[in-house]
Amino acid sequence: MILLTRRATFSASHYYWNDAWTAGKNEQVFGRCANRNGHGHNYTLEVTVAGEVDPVTGFVVDLKWLKDVMEREVLAAWDHRHLNLEAPEFAAAIPTTENIAIAAWKRLEPALTAAGGARLNRVRVYETPEIFAEYRGPQEQVLTPGVVDRGGR
Amino acid sequence: MSTGPEKAYFGRRYMLSASHRLHTGALSAEENRAAFGKCNNPHGHGHNYAVQVLVGGPVDPETGMVVNMVMLDEAVRARVLDRFDHTNLNLDPLFVNRVPTTENLCRAIFELLDGSIEPARLEQVRVEETENNFFEYSGE
Repeated sequence: MILLTRRATFSASHYYWNDAWTAGKNEQVFGRCANRNGHGHNYTLEVTVAGEVDPVTGFVVDLKWLKDVMEREVLAAWDHRHLNLEAPEFAAAIPTTENIAIAAWKRLEPALTAAGGARLNRVRVYETPEIFAEYRGPQEQVLTPGVVDRGGR
Repeated sequence: MSTGPEKAYFGRRYMLSASHRLHTGALSAEENRAAFGKCNNPHGHGHNYAVQVLVGGPVDPETGMVVNMVMLDEAVRARVLDRFDHTNLNLDPLFVNRVPTTENLCRAIFELLDGSIEPARLEQVRVEETENNFFEYSGE
């Protein structure tokens, strides 16, 4: 099995706010990220797929095709957008880097699965060069607090 | 299989600058020079180390976070950066009997941080000594 990663960048604005909390608690927990006027980042999206090398092409996947999938499924929806206001998945969920990584997986996975061949292995989202979040799929759901199902990996 | 909150990972990079000398009392002076080369220079030398901390756990439905970064920053500052930044690693008690290679620094940082960021779990520590070499430790 080979892992193959493609990187893309997008720029978006967001803020952190939990409507169930008071303004004071939001500001205490989220600090400057709770500014309701929002702020922005240049995000880097790294998509890793896993598969076997095709004996004819030598590819795990066609990188141009993967680029097109990333642009169509993720960048078209998020690039130069306000995530809280314009991305439907963040109407109810806070657009933290963790939730952005999970949402990117959910956007990409159906298209990659439908194509057959390589499987989505990992999505990593950098908010800044120093901060990233990563999601490796629902097989890692936490069964009980503190106990992680590693799915036999 | 019952389902629960989704597991995700959160990573953060920190910088620390320190000096070290690779030398072990278990070898002769000549053997030390042969084993460690330039890194055995008696007066030591320094690096800007990049420390990448990866934690994993359920995404808290209230905050959307695996870990509050302020808490992670505070744990790393108190346990790692305050201890090693702008110091000579050879003088740290952890390296009295262990050569302060980046392998051993990586492992020491993992052990200093492990258990300090609950409920998230420390998954991996990666230390980049220069832009061309790095070391990773996951506690196993």
